[in-house]
Amino acid sequence: MSLKKIFNSSTGRKAAMGLTGLFLISFLVVHCAVNALIFLNDGGDTFNRGAHFMSSNPVIRTLEIVLFLGVIWHIVQALVITRTNQKARPVAYAVVNANASSKWYSRWMGLLGTLILMFLIIHLKHFWIGSRFTGLQSGMILIDGREYENMFGELKLVFSKGIVVIIYCLAMVSLAYHLLQGFQSSFHSLGLKHKKYTPVVETAGVWFSILVPLIFALMPVSIYFGWIS
Amino acid sequence: MLSGAISNRLGVLVLLIISYILNSMNLTLKIWRQQNRTAKGGFKTYKVSDVSPDMSFLEMIDVLNDKLIREGEDPVAFDHDCREGICGMCSMYINGRPHGPGKGITTCQLHMRSFQDGDHITIEPWRAAPFPVIKDLAVDRSAFDRIMQAGGFISVNTGNAQEANNILIPKEEADHAFSAAACIGCGACVAVCKNASAMLFVSAKVSQLAQLPQGQVEAKERVLQMVAQMDAEGFGSCSNTYACEAECPKLISCDNIARMNREYLKSSLT
Repeated sequence: MSLKKIFNSSTGRKAAMGLTGLFLISFLVVHCAVNALIFLNDGGDTFNRGAHFMSSNPVIRTLEIVLFLGVIWHIVQALVITRTNQKARPVAYAVVNANASSKWYSRWMGLLGTLILMFLIIHLKHFWIGSRFTGLQSGMILIDGREYENMFGELKLVFSKGIVVIIYCLAMVSLAYHLLQGFQSSFHSLGLKHKKYTPVVETAGVWFSILVPLIFALMPVSIYFGWIS
Repeated sequence: MLSGAISNRLGVLVLLIISYILNSMNLTLKIWRQQNRTAKGGFKTYKVSDVSPDMSFLEMIDVLNDKLIREGEDPVAFDHDCREGICGMCSMYINGRPHGPGKGITTCQLHMRSFQDGDHITIEPWRAAPFPVIKDLAVDRSAFDRIMQAGGFISVNTGNAQEANNILIPKEEADHAFSAAACIGCGACVAVCKNASAMLFVSAKVSQLAQLPQGQVEAKERVLQMVAQMDAEGFGSCSNTYACEAECPKLISCDNIARMNREYLKSSLT
């Protein structure tokens, strides 16, 4: 069976969503771990070194392209699936009691994903575009006699505005609910179900969905309130 | 002695009549009426009075139809057969839920005691492009038959059945296969799924055979052909809300969907 045929089938599309979803989850782990270096509260030195490594390492730069492709594939598949699903029910029910049988966030993955995409565009504009193309507003900083991009300074600049902090926190709420459904769902779509391991995956998924967005949200909040300097 | 027995029976009868009068319900039904596949349908409101709480939902519709026939109106068309919850024919979307309120029951097993006097009940047919309305509340579910014809079977030689103990099957596997085989193909999974996906039905049929030795011979072709037919019929994609499992009258587990995904990937990649 050709790969094209597989990924054009409903089951193949689900697998693609699961596969890209798990890949994006692995990216979140790395992104969260590097960003959490700001909590060392050392004036951002370790964080700036970490950010420099991430932006200069050729393996990471290559994976960055794969990451963008993964995001695009995830979005394209979601749009195709949504269109197919709309066609499958041309006449809507007059009364729907959906809460009786499913969780609201499992039904609103598309909306949650759209909110995350909107946040992603804002987030890339704040940091990635400056770092890769236009240069950071905070310029460069000397650490132990070596010049680094002052990414920590950029964080302090961006998160000095209350409205930005609120947008970031709301986006993390969307991410939390998207993950709450998406984490275990990815394994399910790939057929990875086991009576011993699935409960572990489900519990890990809940903790991951709470902790990772919480750590991300704590970054703008901590900087805004001056808990980190 | 005899007069005492008669008076006792009379007492019981009087109590039954009083109980009926006190418990009977008056309901307002909003029912989808559609003359045929191509006609434009719409809701029509009916009043039904003196409904006993002990009636099944279908018996309540029978009472309404009796009234409609007496009044010279077209009765409401709906699917039904065994009225014992095992045939999978009844298919009503009642107040926003397939087979109405209650867990693990079909419409024929839903009793009017689940409702209150004065309730307004909205009744719709299953809504899905592959399930076109035939008339009113009856839909054409032959898409399921075509999926079954695509691979939901095993090929065996005719003749005497062989000794059952020739093929030993572990109890746990037999139980899992049986629980998947309990699917009655009513279509509630499609009806409740926000995407009108048929994956619970198809996965139950794939799973019941995938877990038994007799199903291994055609395992690869089966899952590929059944999924291809499901897609060709125009069902939506599963997004793992698990609403199908929650509303399934036979409580078929979504674990079957994961098994079908695994079988599909294994079969298509090898």
